[in-house]
Amino acid sequence: MTRTKQDTIQILKKYSALVMLLVFIVLNSLFTPNFFQLGNLNNVITQICPTILCGMGMTLVISTGGIDISVGSVMALAGVMTAKYMSQIGIFPAIVLGVLASVALGCVVGFFVGVLRLQAMVITLGMMLGVRGIAQVLCNGRDIYFNTLGDAGAKLAAFGIYKIGGVIPVQIIPIVVAVAAVWILAEKMVLGRQIQAVGDNIRSSMLSGIHTAGVMMFVYGFSAFCAAFAGIFQSARVCVAAGSSLGQLAELDAIAAVVIGGTPMSGGKARVLGTVIGALIMQMITLTCVMNNIPDPYAQVFKALIIVFAVYIQREQAK
Amino acid sequence: MAEVLLEIKGLEKTFPGVRALKGVQLTVNKGEVHALMGENGAGKSTLIKVLTGIYQKNGGTIRFDGKEIDCKTPIEANEVGISTIYQELNLVLFQTVYENLFLGREPRTGFGAVDRKAMIEQTDKILKDFGIHIDVTKPLKAYSTAIQQMVAIARAVSINAKLVIMDEPTSSLDKKEVQVLFGIIRKLKSRGIAVIFISHKLDEIYEICDRMTVFKDGEYVGEYDIKDIDQFRLISLMVGKDTVALERKKTGYDFADASPLVEVKNIKQGMRLHGINAVIKQGEVVGLAGLLGSGRTELAQVLFGVNMPDEGEVFWMGSSAGIHSPSDAIKKGMGFCTEDRKVEGIVPNLSVKENMTIALLPKLQKFGFVKKKEQDEIVDKYIERLKIKTPSPEQAIRNLSGGNQQKVLLARWMCMNPKLMILDEPTRGIDVGAKAEIEVLIQELSKSGISVLMISSEIAELERNCDRIIVMRDGKVIGEVIDQDIHQDKIMELIAQGSESEGMV
Repeated sequence: MTRTKQDTIQILKKYSALVMLLVFIVLNSLFTPNFFQLGNLNNVITQICPTILCGMGMTLVISTGGIDISVGSVMALAGVMTAKYMSQIGIFPAIVLGVLASVALGCVVGFFVGVLRLQAMVITLGMMLGVRGIAQVLCNGRDIYFNTLGDAGAKLAAFGIYKIGGVIPVQIIPIVVAVAAVWILAEKMVLGRQIQAVGDNIRSSMLSGIHTAGVMMFVYGFSAFCAAFAGIFQSARVCVAAGSSLGQLAELDAIAAVVIGGTPMSGGKARVLGTVIGALIMQMITLTCVMNNIPDPYAQVFKALIIVFAVYIQREQAK
Repeated sequence: MAEVLLEIKGLEKTFPGVRALKGVQLTVNKGEVHALMGENGAGKSTLIKVLTGIYQKNGGTIRFDGKEIDCKTPIEANEVGISTIYQELNLVLFQTVYENLFLGREPRTGFGAVDRKAMIEQTDKILKDFGIHIDVTKPLKAYSTAIQQMVAIARAVSINAKLVIMDEPTSSLDKKEVQVLFGIIRKLKSRGIAVIFISHKLDEIYEICDRMTVFKDGEYVGEYDIKDIDQFRLISLMVGKDTVALERKKTGYDFADASPLVEVKNIKQGMRLHGINAVIKQGEVVGLAGLLGSGRTELAQVLFGVNMPDEGEVFWMGSSAGIHSPSDAIKKGMGFCTEDRKVEGIVPNLSVKENMTIALLPKLQKFGFVKKKEQDEIVDKYIERLKIKTPSPEQAIRNLSGGNQQKVLLARWMCMNPKLMILDEPTRGIDVGAKAEIEVLIQELSKSGISVLMISSEIAELERNCDRIIVMRDGKVIGEVIDQDIHQDKIMELIAQGSESEGMV
């Protein structure tokens, strides 16, 4: 079979994010001194963790045609709840509590979106404000520093600063687990097919016997689940749970990673590994700018260009 | 001889791959109510859209009020004096009645501000002329659909429309409101304004219209005075005589003693279904005949749990079915090939494989994982059995032709081993070859003991395939024909008689 021009464009579209990432790596290896140092790579892993975790949930949400802008606030809630209660009930019960509370809120969003058919953007905007408020109330408006929490605080801090074999940051574990789990879910499992079918044509899906409301509840609940762990790992890394600032703008990083990774905003397709690449590209831009002494505002402008470019290149070809 | 207002000749409109209007004509006189008749796909809407500048014509001439026109936008059409009242009203519901009436052409005061006082006064006067007495300062959404429609008409007339097009204006009105609307149409007539009226309710056509033009499959069939054509004749013009002469092959009715599979009793729903009783027996192919809007699709949707009936009950193999959603219906053993493939059938970006097995997946899993091997086997089997033309099972379904998409959707339900298949217009928009294949398939289903409920606007198609045909009109069952009695003329006669029997009840 000969390859037509359209096929070539399709292939380019499919791998555009990967190509972009490779270009960044090559450029950096040529122009940025010390780029391949171990410390540098470790930095990437620790910093990218919340974006990837939230991005995994977000990939599924966006593939149903929805959006979840409450993940940053959910991060704060889970982080603060865990920090606040762990000295009283122990570290693992506290984590379970924080995660369960987050998942419950996610399911509430799923109920509004799936059963009542309300706009995901509006519902999660409400959640974003409300949950941020709750997080701040829970910590009484003061940041909870782990070094004031004694033994429990030290244990939780290990979730952020421990290095496997003294080398690889602990964040690699949740990253790998989350990506593998969501990839298997999206590609191999019935639920994953149903999520993407709902995003592609909700009416056909309903008429094929898919419980569309149930799918929505799962997807938003799962997004909150991922965000909760992102919040706990993030607060552990900085050894402080701050209701006001933890996870701020994390939702935007996650959405950007998903979009750059090639998951269409209109839903119907989940590109799990694309999201990972998207997150890496974003991180790469920050890193490149920092290491070359380019001020951060420039990095932001550059990220904006990349996002627009990604959406442009992945748009449906004109008929 | 009445004065001609609109004269369309040899109008052509093609879409990629489809010739939607094949040189049609239409003549509308001043001050007459003219009906456009024809089933779905006849070209009525396309004609209206060309006339009002939504589509551009590919050929032919349109003369309006003595001048040749070629409107590029709806605004242009408005300016020459053609106004359309759409099914979905293009009004601003949150604004007041008077604001809506003057939308886009608000009178100004000397200071350039909007002159509300003048607007209110004029609106009041315009509506009173029509016999509508409402508070014009209230938001439009405070009033019923009927009133909103009146306002839309009043708006059209107040911008000096000479021709008002009403596309299914009565579909959401009750009987009393329809009469109010007809009163207004008569007022328009008396002012010399012409009305193009589209409705699927024949009784309404006969009540309000003076003349009609009939279309079929994008072609002009003829122009008639209402008083010269009876309902039977009209129905046969709209749905009769398939161009492909295929004879009914079936003989003998074997289902007199078969046990009923599904039974509906006194199903009522909104304004669409008014007490339906029907039975489908095991292995039987039952046709639902009737014009558009007769409630055929609505009945199928109730059976499949898409909509809940307001009253009445569905029985499945003798006991109450208790179906509340499509997934309940699927569990019972139903499959539903919907009328609108694009919106209610395919999941466009998923592959042929996934589209085919989407309903089966919950049964095709182990610990939540898709059983790939079995999935592939099933998909290969049906691609071969139904002769689905696709480069590979992984191809996105939207890249297939209509006929092949339909086959995939049929396979979606066949692989579930259903007991009842509901097929709503299974051959619409697909080529003759695929059509014949699907008809053969329907017979195979029936032979293997699967009941089929077939809905079709082509009576000839029902004649060829069904063991029994239930005839519907205006949400009621008005007759039933079995075996030897199944004949196009007989069915059309029943549909035509529907209105008289309604008068007797």
